[in-house]
Amino acid sequence: MILALQLSHFSAAALFAFFFSIVFGITQLNTTDEMVRYGAYCFAMAVGGLFVAGWVMWLLHH
Amino acid sequence: MAKTETTTPDAQPTAVAVPFTPIAAMAPAIGWLIPGAGHLIQKRWIRGLLLLGSVAGMFAFGVAMQGKVYKSNTGDLLDILGFIGDLGSGALYFLARIFEWGGTSISAANADYGTKFIVVAGLLNIMAAVDAYHIAIGKKQ
Repeated sequence: MILALQLSHFSAAALFAFFFSIVFGITQLNTTDEMVRYGAYCFAMAVGGLFVAGWVMWLLHH
Repeated sequence: MAKTETTTPDAQPTAVAVPFTPIAAMAPAIGWLIPGAGHLIQKRWIRGLLLLGSVAGMFAFGVAMQGKVYKSNTGDLLDILGFIGDLGSGALYFLARIFEWGGTSISAANADYGTKFIVVAGLLNIMAAVDAYHIAIGKKQ
């Protein structure tokens, strides 16, 4: 029997944002300070976008 | 009146010749095969470990969600693109094929998320390998 990990759409997208933000932060900028700030910015924008998209879909639905 | 010739060395952009060292060839290749290793061999320990954790973690979550690991010879264009993305993970892809990790078909929403996790892990690893090359040639610190 294969047990598949079950994640909600939100938690999967937040996890996705967490991983790609780390890689984007490291690869796109030069200094450590810039990397941390850009990684945090990418994560914040991705999670913020999730909330915005969620509310837009809720408004379209109602 | 005779024209005076002036030289303005700063006006023209100059191409800087980059010496191609063995590490410049090895870093992206090793970085592709083992995520983060391109940075680790250049003593960027924290960056290398973070990249290893991120790429391997994303790949592992994708497999745990029963994401599909694409094969090379299906003939479908989207499958070929998925295969190229998956191949970016290097050794992780080969391990997944050898041990038959992941699902064979995308039958649930979670498996679809997992498939995307696996493909994007490969694409992020390619970005990391290119970054390792830039460090090796001195374009980045």
